[in-house]
Amino acid sequence: MVDVPLGVAGVPLAEVEDVELYHPKSWLTHYVFSQDAKIIAVQYSVTALSIGLVALMLSWLMRLQLAFPGALSFIDADAYYQLITMHGMMMVVYVLTALFLGGFGNYLIPLMLGARDMVFPYANMLSFWFYLLAVVVLFASFAVPGGPTGAGWTLYPPQSITAGTPGLAWGIVMMLVSLMIFIIGFTMGGLNYVVTVLQGRTRGMTLMRMPLTVWGIFTASVMALLAFPALFVGAVMMLFDRLLGTSFFMPEIIEQGARLPYGGGSPILFQHLFWFFGHPEVYIVALPAFGIVSDLISVHARRNIFGYRMMVWAIVAIGALSFVVWAHHMYVSGMNPYFGFFFATTTLIIAIPTAIKVYNWVLTLWRGDIHLTTPMLFALAFIVTFVNGGLTGLFLGNVVVDVPLSDTMFVVAHFHMVMGVAPILVIFGAIYHWYPKVTGRLLSVPLGQFHFWVTFLGAYLIFFPMHYLGLMGVPRRYYEMGETAIYPPSAHDLNIFITVMALLVGAAQLAFVFNLIWSLRHGRPAGGNPWRACSLEWQTSATPPPHGNFGKELPVVYRWAYDYNVPGAPEDFIPQNQPPLAGEIASRAP
Amino acid sequence: MVQISLRNEADEARHSSGLASIAADLSSDQRAFKNVSWGKAMMWIFLLSDTFVFSCFLISYMTARMSTTVPWPNPSEVFALEIGGTSFPLLLIAIMTFVLISSSGTMAMAVNYGYRRDRVTTAVLMLATAALGAAFVGMQAFEWTKLIHEGVRPWENPWGAAQFGSSFFMITGFHGTHVTFGVIFLIVIARKVLRGDFDTGRRGFFTSRKGSYESVEIMGLYWHFVDLVWVFIFAFFYLW
Repeated sequence: MVDVPLGVAGVPLAEVEDVELYHPKSWLTHYVFSQDAKIIAVQYSVTALSIGLVALMLSWLMRLQLAFPGALSFIDADAYYQLITMHGMMMVVYVLTALFLGGFGNYLIPLMLGARDMVFPYANMLSFWFYLLAVVVLFASFAVPGGPTGAGWTLYPPQSITAGTPGLAWGIVMMLVSLMIFIIGFTMGGLNYVVTVLQGRTRGMTLMRMPLTVWGIFTASVMALLAFPALFVGAVMMLFDRLLGTSFFMPEIIEQGARLPYGGGSPILFQHLFWFFGHPEVYIVALPAFGIVSDLISVHARRNIFGYRMMVWAIVAIGALSFVVWAHHMYVSGMNPYFGFFFATTTLIIAIPTAIKVYNWVLTLWRGDIHLTTPMLFALAFIVTFVNGGLTGLFLGNVVVDVPLSDTMFVVAHFHMVMGVAPILVIFGAIYHWYPKVTGRLLSVPLGQFHFWVTFLGAYLIFFPMHYLGLMGVPRRYYEMGETAIYPPSAHDLNIFITVMALLVGAAQLAFVFNLIWSLRHGRPAGGNPWRACSLEWQTSATPPPHGNFGKELPVVYRWAYDYNVPGAPEDFIPQNQPPLAGEIASRAP
Repeated sequence: MVQISLRNEADEARHSSGLASIAADLSSDQRAFKNVSWGKAMMWIFLLSDTFVFSCFLISYMTARMSTTVPWPNPSEVFALEIGGTSFPLLLIAIMTFVLISSSGTMAMAVNYGYRRDRVTTAVLMLATAALGAAFVGMQAFEWTKLIHEGVRPWENPWGAAQFGSSFFMITGFHGTHVTFGVIFLIVIARKVLRGDFDTGRRGFFTSRKGSYESVEIMGLYWHFVDLVWVFIFAFFYLW
């Protein structure tokens, strides 16, 4: 029962206290130990992209081994499993999660909501340094005796902590500790993102006027705060199993005639904990991508997003549903078949809100004024790729279809399409889109086009044939197929083809890295709003936005973020902070 | 979907009550939860996240307990204290629980006195809360020592399933760590209250932000949560 006091000209007074900005006094507190969300965002992004390059090179080594077994003398079975584990964990947690939430979240949430900064800048800074520490610990595991763990990115016990798995001595311990540090760091960041969205918006910015990017990142942050605890607990318990000799996850095991000191634990328990985190994790990565792609499509098709409210509710519904589907990763783990039925049903239900989103993207494009800019190309590529990966998800979500396809290359192809390629296409699109805001300069278009076509077509040439390999029964996680007569020669040839494509696509990323560095100095000056977009981050007082983002006065929001090509408006876009124009309908009827 | 109003319809709906007013708050601008400060919102959401941590611990423990093939030790015998030749089941735990629940009472009073700007009483009550918390941790240390002397280890114990010791040390240890952090922060905030930081607007050492007496309440939220978690641990570990 709060009366909203009205100031001059009917503008509601600010009810949110202005952030007490921390004003850095030295170069060190300005650029290194910065509490400014924009700098933290760049720190997060650069770190995550660098890890991405390392993880990419690990995948090269894996592909080389698969195509030309034994050609690289330093890759034996152990090394292969170490590569696979580190590639998977780095990409999923340290690249995608960190980049979407830590990178884009930090940059875009305050700017898009008209806030000065995140609500707790100090905790935000700590979040990055914890993340960096987690990364250092993870990379240090390459240098310890025995090397990093080779347990697979899912770290399933008992094999993850029994002899024969590489990295038993140190690698698995470093991995678990690194994950725990990451989760603690993320919690500090995640609380910031969630509270800023809920309680730190500017005047006029209602939840239903937020750009879908913010909705995606917000929902993903809430999910991460609720899903990471399961991984944290799983990591703690496995660490105790490994270091203290407890048996949470370890059943009685006879190893080479000797009985291990374990007994009575449940390996399935770890799988439940892991996937209670692991499945929401897929959407923690996907939802920010959904949000960002909605904005890219709307801006570059000069058309309001179709079905905004449905888009928001679809994001929320996907977020909620993703907590009740986790055991579809465990159909072959020996679960009660009735559970399989339940989890298959919930899994397929997710297709509904997801399909709503895809239809709305397509309907946004319909009769739009489509500009095929680099970000738009990536956004369009995302829709296609995501539909593709989503359709194979329907295969794997059904128990009877999943059982023969389990642990084949089909699974690898599926999740790389839907969780690897699709979000990374969005990341590229988003970087091409927001780089001008971060640096004040546009990225080179020819390089961007080259990067796009090689990446997009190349990714299909890599992962499409993998479906075929999977249907033939080629298993995943085998470091070589060996002299297996059951696979026709075409399978071996395809493996070589995939590897060549992977090398090419990987190398093409150098064009992107070069573009990022070169355009910093030589890019075309962008001006404040190169894409003529409506949302608030393009209406800052200067570009790149200064400390405090908006100069003296915070913007006041009068409309949603998608007023493109409004009939009668002087320009083809109306910024969110533009007061109602003459002749515009003043208010919707309540 | 043309939304060009400045005041949206939510402002009118805000005068209603119940669900309608919640919906109105959520659809209003600037803040989804009116009159809730950032710090308090942060603490509530953190506690929600922490609830998931403890739930995962407790559910894992229950899974281990139900799936183990070896009998589970009887808690009322294991956690009995022998005084003068008589064995009192769960005596120590009863005292510990009483102490911790009482500390919630002193904490609640501290919050009240904090909002009345009664610096000394607030600080004294907070320190009393911290003392009760420290006593709880102390008794927990005593309990751990006693069990370790009786041969309980994370990997084995003399009475049955090895998971008993593992779960016991892990869950009570994790909860004890929470209490310990709580005691440290209680002392830190009590010092700020006593020094009058929240009246003079002195800035925090790390965050360089001004605090307010609300910090006492936010501290209280955490403390009550730790208490509540203990009730569940008590019920599921000691009484089951």
